[in-house]
Amino acid sequence: MRKFLLLSCVGAAALLANGATFANDELIQLSKDPKQWVMPTGDYANHRFSKLDQINSDNVRRLVPVWTFSTGVLRGHEGGPLVIGNVMYISTPFPNIVYALDLNHDGKIIWKYEPKQDPNVIPVMCCDTVTRGVAYGAGKIFLYQADTTLVALKAETGAVVWSVKNGDPSKGETGTSAPQVVKDKILVGISGGEFGVRGSLTAYDLKTGKKVWRGYSMGPDSDTLIDPARTTSLGKPVGPDSGTNTWKGDQWKIGGGTTWGWYAFDPELNLVYYGSGNPSTWNPKQRPGDNRWSMTVWARDADTGVAKWVYQMTPHDEWDYDGVNEMILTNQEMRKVLVHFDRNGFGYTIDRETGEPLVAEKYDPAVNWATKVDLDKNSKTYGRPLGVKKYSTEQNGEDVNTQGICPAALGSKDEQPAAYSPDTGLFYIPTNHVCMDYEPFHVSYTAGQPYVGATLSMYPPPGEPNMGNFTAWDAKTGKIVWQKKELFSVWSGALATAGNLVFYGTLEGYLKAVDARTGDELYMFKTPSGIIGNVSTYEHNGKQYVAVLSGVGGWAGIGLAAGLTKPTEGLGAVGGYAALSNYTALGGQLTVFALPPSF
Amino acid sequence: MQISRLVRAFSLALLFEFGTAAMAEAPGDPKAVKQDDKGKYLDAKGDPTFNIKPDGAVDWYTYSGNRRYGDCYVCHGPGGEGSSYAPSLKDSLKRLNYAEFYGIVVGGKQDLGAGQNKVMPAFGDNKNVMCYIDDIYVYLRAVSVGALGREKPEKHEAKPPSAAEAEKACIGEDN
Repeated sequence: MRKFLLLSCVGAAALLANGATFANDELIQLSKDPKQWVMPTGDYANHRFSKLDQINSDNVRRLVPVWTFSTGVLRGHEGGPLVIGNVMYISTPFPNIVYALDLNHDGKIIWKYEPKQDPNVIPVMCCDTVTRGVAYGAGKIFLYQADTTLVALKAETGAVVWSVKNGDPSKGETGTSAPQVVKDKILVGISGGEFGVRGSLTAYDLKTGKKVWRGYSMGPDSDTLIDPARTTSLGKPVGPDSGTNTWKGDQWKIGGGTTWGWYAFDPELNLVYYGSGNPSTWNPKQRPGDNRWSMTVWARDADTGVAKWVYQMTPHDEWDYDGVNEMILTNQEMRKVLVHFDRNGFGYTIDRETGEPLVAEKYDPAVNWATKVDLDKNSKTYGRPLGVKKYSTEQNGEDVNTQGICPAALGSKDEQPAAYSPDTGLFYIPTNHVCMDYEPFHVSYTAGQPYVGATLSMYPPPGEPNMGNFTAWDAKTGKIVWQKKELFSVWSGALATAGNLVFYGTLEGYLKAVDARTGDELYMFKTPSGIIGNVSTYEHNGKQYVAVLSGVGGWAGIGLAAGLTKPTEGLGAVGGYAALSNYTALGGQLTVFALPPSF
Repeated sequence: MQISRLVRAFSLALLFEFGTAAMAEAPGDPKAVKQDDKGKYLDAKGDPTFNIKPDGAVDWYTYSGNRRYGDCYVCHGPGGEGSSYAPSLKDSLKRLNYAEFYGIVVGGKQDLGAGQNKVMPAFGDNKNVMCYIDDIYVYLRAVSVGALGREKPEKHEAKPPSAAEAEKACIGEDN
């Protein structure tokens, strides 16, 4: 640790001399070191790719669990550990304990931080009391608590350096996302789209915790940090009040568009990329208009928060297809793009300088609510999805059960992040293969109470036996290269490595490794509980390790625990409802794998 | 929040008033023996219950309850079957009677510790729940005795006009 600090101090001095921002370059450099895992997304491009290849497709069948750690908390364990030098940092679901574990001593606890939070925040967390991880920057570990407190802890001791409150749980605002350190700031989102919360992304000063900027997902331009003449959508300036003029009256004030997913950063363009969630309520009839800028890919200036461009993927959402999934930054030929697998079932490739959508193809053939996204620049519906009337809950109306919509509200993919391998050029997507009936009905708003307004039934696509797929995707052509069926939705974050491997976890609890080119299953191990965490890898004392959190929960634990609403016809001997509760119970454990000593 | 505390206190008082007999007393025979003036079916004890015709058509309140259950779905899962952290209401309603159910929905519940930290909110001042609490109860009651499966009941009685009026009066003028 000392050597690392010394090196980084020397580095800092050199960088400050150049006028560069310390934390920015520190993290960029650190994220290039495959031995460490320094931010929740692995790197700013959100690749979830490691150059480590000691574990590879030739030897992974010999992988074994080598140490484990019980977090002491039972509830859904999303996210994953950070590894900085010889220390691993883990955060747990509520009460959001942070552990610093000593990798030199089998995960001995160096320090533990347990915040005191009012348990009344628990019932306003729609989809389990999850957190998606801590962040690191400038010698501090940053925890974003369920009650929206953002706290900076000294990485060596866990002592509180500063603490700030980002939101108000009594209005349904909570914190579930992992924060992201960008330059000299730390970014946090907000959760509560099912509680009428108006979403925002906020930047705090890394050193002091002072608020630097906040960009809302809807509202007047001063709130959304939109420049009417310069912020563009589909190549054209959005004009004044774009965050209010597609809402009825004051509805934008409880507009949703929450920001609980992942945040990517391009240091050269100085842009932060993320997506906003569903408009509030789930009943589309109550909120006429496109509901901008919910369901939107945002590109904001890292220093000022001002939006450079926006692109709304699902205008006037009728199905709860939050747009918060990760933005994976890559190059396509010479073009700087981002690839985004949206809840709505479309895999988008978007020019990340201009916001122009280049590709939008279904990454699950079962997707049926729209035929395609119109990419004809001359068309009146340019950039918009062409909806299918039969599956439109808006057109069928309130108190009508719209049936057979694919994907279900949990999307073809939820927050569980995909991985990208520069070696194969492929994207590896953990997907859901579930459809739904959706019936909207009128609801009234009370601050701090659920503001949902629809009832769902979920089931796999008729006649199909599986509720999940692990999919390899070519983003240039928009085509599936290979797919592995899984009984349940694949709810873990994927990891791709230079060892020609891709790792993911299943809801029954298996950690699996597959050949990155062919998808052949090479290894699996059943961990103590269903996996909704993100697989990561690091190296310590010359040996490569793979780590994943187990602990079933999240929305998968709600919708799938007792099985779906209709029997899964294709399952035969396995059983009608294929309930997750037949495979796994609650848990809270980190499992770390490596090759046995002879390797 | 002030209101829900009052309501919580009231509901607790209610439970105490009924005495320990009410706490221990199981729901009883769900057979509908009469209807009130709003078309709601009641059992022999006078508690709300479901009514399902031989052709499978459910009464209006059971049908409505299946939809309004949506606010409970987010923790208790589809068909009241439970999630990884919230109990199966299908099981709970075998044991809890109407008064106990009402008290818990109004006042909430906390079950902290043992690594779990389960908290149910107080819905006492949530109109989307309270205006339909009997609907939700009779729907879950039907599920708990196996009279209804997970699937949405399609056939149902027409909505009684008195039910529509009561709903309007309860919800009030809103967006």
